[in-house]
Amino acid sequence: MSDNVLELRDLNVRIATRRGIVRAVDGVSLEVPRGEAVGLVGESGSGKSMTLRAILGVLPAEARVTSGQILLDGRDLVPLGNAELNHIRGPKMSMIFQEPMSALNPVMRVGRQIAEGPEVHLGYSRSRAAERALELMSRVGIPDPERRFHAYPHEFSGGMRQRVMIAIALSCDPEIILCDEPTTALDVTIQDQILRLLTRLCRESGVSLVFVTHDLPVVAQVCQHLAVMYAGQLVERGDVREVLLDPRHPYTLGLVRSAPDFDYVRESLMPIPGSPPSLIAPPPGCRFHPRCDFAEEDCRVTETPLRMLPGGRATACLHYERCSEAAAADRARP
Amino acid sequence: MTRPVPPAERSEPDLPGIAAVPGAEVPSAPGEPLLAARDIAVWFPYGSQLVARLRHEERLLRAVDGVDLEIARGEALALVGESGSGKSTLALALAGLRRADRGEVRFAGRALPARRRRADQRRIQMVFQDPYSSLNPRLTVGGMLRELLRAHSVVPKSRVAEFSRELLALVGLGEEALTAYPRQFSGGQRQRVAIARALALQPDVLVADEPVSALDVSVQATILNLLRDLRAELGLSLLLISHNLAVVRHLCDRVAVMYLGRIIEVAPAEQLFSTPRHPYTRGLLAAIPKLSQVADDTPAAVLGDPPSPLRIPSGCRFRTRCPIAQARCETEDPVLTATPGDPGHRVACHFAFTPLATEAAGERDQQDWP
Amino acid sequence: MPADEERAQPRPARRWYRQPALVAGLAIIGILVVLAAAAPLITSYNPITQNLNATLLGPGAQHLLGTDQLGRDEFSRLLYGLRNDMRIAFIAVLFPFCIGIVLGSLAGYFGGWVDVIIMRLVDIVFAFPFYVLVIALVFVLGPGERSIYIAITILGWVSYARIIRGEILVAKRQDYVLAAQSGGLSSVSIMGRHLLPNVITQAIIYAMSDIVQDILAIVTLGYFGLGIPPPTPDLGSMINDGQNFMTTHWQLTTIPGLAVVVVGLGLSLIGDGLADLIRPGQS
Repeated sequence: MSDNVLELRDLNVRIATRRGIVRAVDGVSLEVPRGEAVGLVGESGSGKSMTLRAILGVLPAEARVTSGQILLDGRDLVPLGNAELNHIRGPKMSMIFQEPMSALNPVMRVGRQIAEGPEVHLGYSRSRAAERALELMSRVGIPDPERRFHAYPHEFSGGMRQRVMIAIALSCDPEIILCDEPTTALDVTIQDQILRLLTRLCRESGVSLVFVTHDLPVVAQVCQHLAVMYAGQLVERGDVREVLLDPRHPYTLGLVRSAPDFDYVRESLMPIPGSPPSLIAPPPGCRFHPRCDFAEEDCRVTETPLRMLPGGRATACLHYERCSEAAAADRARP
Repeated sequence: MTRPVPPAERSEPDLPGIAAVPGAEVPSAPGEPLLAARDIAVWFPYGSQLVARLRHEERLLRAVDGVDLEIARGEALALVGESGSGKSTLALALAGLRRADRGEVRFAGRALPARRRRADQRRIQMVFQDPYSSLNPRLTVGGMLRELLRAHSVVPKSRVAEFSRELLALVGLGEEALTAYPRQFSGGQRQRVAIARALALQPDVLVADEPVSALDVSVQATILNLLRDLRAELGLSLLLISHNLAVVRHLCDRVAVMYLGRIIEVAPAEQLFSTPRHPYTRGLLAAIPKLSQVADDTPAAVLGDPPSPLRIPSGCRFRTRCPIAQARCETEDPVLTATPGDPGHRVACHFAFTPLATEAAGERDQQDWP
Repeated sequence: MPADEERAQPRPARRWYRQPALVAGLAIIGILVVLAAAAPLITSYNPITQNLNATLLGPGAQHLLGTDQLGRDEFSRLLYGLRNDMRIAFIAVLFPFCIGIVLGSLAGYFGGWVDVIIMRLVDIVFAFPFYVLVIALVFVLGPGERSIYIAITILGWVSYARIIRGEILVAKRQDYVLAAQSGGLSSVSIMGRHLLPNVITQAIIYAMSDIVQDILAIVTLGYFGLGIPPPTPDLGSMINDGQNFMTTHWQLTTIPGLAVVVVGLGLSLIGDGLADLIRPGQS
C-alpha cells in the first residue's frame, strides 16, 4: 500500500471538437504523497487545468478520460459514476478555484456554505455543522467569525473570500485539496497571506495539495515537488527547488529564463521562440522540439515519455545534459 | 491565412525612418520635467448626490487623492501598487483620458487644459492591459494606423502605407499584419500592434498600464524586451503601471509606490529595493514570492486587508495595517518628504527616518534570509 | 491571467449558412420578395380593375384564387398587396432606425444632460400603447402612406435609441475606445467608426421584429380603414373586406391573413438566426 494519497497513471483526456480530437492530457503519471504538496506548472494550453478537472470528475461535456487511472487512496475514480463520485468528492477531495466570486454562491450566507459540506457528507446536525464552520473560519483567519457567519460573499474582500473558499475546502477534513491558480487574482500582499495560510494548514492537518499555477516562485513557496507540463504532457518532475534551479528540460529552462525574477535581473529576458503546438496534430517525437535550442535529429522522431533520473527526478528530454550545462552557465554569469 | 505574422525575434529592432521624437521641438527649461502632475485628484461620486448633500455626507470614491509626480525626458518611472491604489486612474488622468477633479498636468512646463488639443493629446500615448479589448475588432491593423496617421497628418498621405510598415517593423511584425484583423493575432502579437499604434503619433511619453500581465510568461519577455529597446532607440519616456515588482526592476529607473490614492514613497529603483523606508514598501517587497523562500509560520509581510477606498482611514491611510503605527498616525496625514541628504528619495511616513522604522526593518530582514 | 496563445489560428467566423433559422428565414423572405417584385410578370390581371360580371368566383383556371366582391382577381390583389405592405413596412422601419440610432448614440456616448433629455423623450413615448397611438395619429393625419411613415417614425425610434444607448454605454468602456480617444480622434469619428459598427447588430436584429410589428400595424390600420386608401390592394383591408364572406368564400379573408403570418414568420426567423450568430446558444 503506497503512501500516496493520489496517483495518476498514464492519464489521457481527449476533447472532441469539430476540427478533430484534442489530446488535452496525454499520458500523465503523477504521485502525490500523503501530507505533501505537488505543484503543477505550465502555461495556457498545457493541460494542467484539464488534469485537475479530470481528477475531480468535472470535465466539460466534450472531454473524456479515454484511458489511464486516477487512484485516490488506491481506488480508481475513472470508472465511477457521478453518484459514487459524490460520496468521495466531498469528504476526501475538494477544490479551490481562482475566482472566489464565481465559486461561491452569491445568495447564500457564507456560514451556511461552509457548513453545507459536513451536513451533507458527514451527517452533522445543523448546529454541529455551524460550530464547525465557526471553528474553520477562525482557523483560516477570518476576524469576528460569529458576525461574519451571516454575511454574504459580496460583503467580503477578495482575500477574505479566498479564505472562505479554503474553509469550505477543509470543511469535511479532506485528504487532498486541488488548487487551481488560487492566488493568481490576488494582490501580492494578500497572496503572501494566503500562501502562508495554506502551508500552515497543510502542515497542521496533514492534507496534501495539488497546486496548479503558471507562477514559478509561487509554486516554490508552497510545494515540495514540482511537475512541469507542456502541450498536454509531463516534461519534468522532481523536488521543486532542484527543478527550478537546475532544470533538466529545455522548456523548464525556457520558463525560468523568460520570467522576470525579482532577485536576479537579467540583461535581457529570453523568451521562448514560437508558440505552443496544436493539440490536435502535435509535432512528432518530442512536442517541444520545434522551439528547442538543443533539438537534435532524434528529437523529431523519438517519442519522449518521462524517464526517471537518479535522485528522484524525471525528465522527458533525450538530451537533458545539454540543458543542465546551459543552466549552470546561466548561474555562473554574474 | 492561418497565422500571418510569426513574431520575429529580434533583440535589436532596426530604427526605420521614424524621426527623432518631435518633442525635441518643444522647448523646455533645463531641469524642467517633461511631464509633471501637481496635486492631482480624481473622484467618483457614487449613490445619490442629492441625498449626500442633504445629509452633509461625502459620497465620493477618492481614487486618486492628491498626487505629485514628475517624469524627466527619457526616464522610465514605475507606478506600483495593489488593487485600489489608484494607479490606473492616475495613468488615465495623465494621458488625458479622464478628467482630473483637482490639480493640473503640465507638459514641458505648460499646463494642459482639461480638454486637450489634438497636438497635446498625441504627446502622451497609452498601451492598455488587455490585448483582447484594446483593438477594435472591426478594423484591420492597417486601417487603424491609417486613421490615426491621417487625423494628425503625421506623414503626407502618400507616405502613410510606408510609414505604417515601418511602425510594424519597429515592433517586430511583418507587413502582412497590415491587412489582418485583430482576431487573427495571438495575445503577444496584439500587444505589439497596440505598441505600434501608440508609437504612430510619435509621442514623447508612453504610458503602459500592466502591458504584460494578461500574457503568458514566456511571451511577456518579448514585450518587455521590446519596450526596453524602444526606449533606448527612440528616447521615449515611459510610465509603467505594474503590480509586478520583478517586471519593474527589469525596466525602470525610478519607482513610485501608491497606496489608496496617494504616493507613499518614490525613489530610484535600486535604492527603493535595497533601502525601502515606508512600512508598506517594506511589506510589499517582503511579500514577493522568491525562489529562495518558503512560506512558513512567520507572520505575513503585511497583515489585514486593505481598507475600502470608500472609507479611507483618517490620518495616515496605511495605519490600519502598519506594524509601527503610533497615536500620531491616527490624526496627522503624513506628507511626502525628502530623505535628509537625499532629495531623490521621498517618503510619506512620520517615522521613516527614525529608529522605530529601522528596527522594524532590521527584524524583517532577518526573517527573510534564513 | 495568461492569455490563450493557441488563438493564433484565425477562428473561422461562425458560418452564417449553418444557422438553420437564418437560412429558413432568408429563404422565406427571399421567395416572397421575388414574388412581390415579379408581380406584374406573374399575373396579368390588374388588381384594381373591377369586373362586376365576375364577382365572387371561387378558385379556378381563370382566377387562381377567385375574385372578390368587386370582381377583382384575388391572386393579383394578394401579390400586389404583399408588395405594397412589405415595401411600406421596410421603408417605415428605416426612419426610426436611423433617427433612433443617432439619438441613442448621442445619449449613450455623451451622457450628461443630452442623455437626460433624450431618455425623458423616450420615456414619454414609451408611456403610450403603440397601437392606440398609431391609430390615433393616422386618424388625425388622414389615412395614406405618408401618415403611416410619420406615425411609425414618431413612435418607433425609441426602441432603437434605447438599445443602442445601452450597447454604447457598455462599449465605450472598452479599451479600444479609450485608445481612439487617446489618439485624439473626434467624437463623431469615434462614434461612427469605432462604436457603431460594433453595436449595430443588436439594432438590426431588433429591426427584424420591428418590421413584423410594422406590417401588423399597417395591416391593422388597413383593417380599420385607416391604411392605404382603396382601391390600392392592401392585406389589411383585404382581410377586412373578406370577413363578410367568411362562410362562403373563406379564402378571401384567410389567404391574406396567412400571407401576413408567413412574412412574420420569415422575419422572426431571420432575427433569431442573427441573434444566434452573434450570441451562440442564446436565442
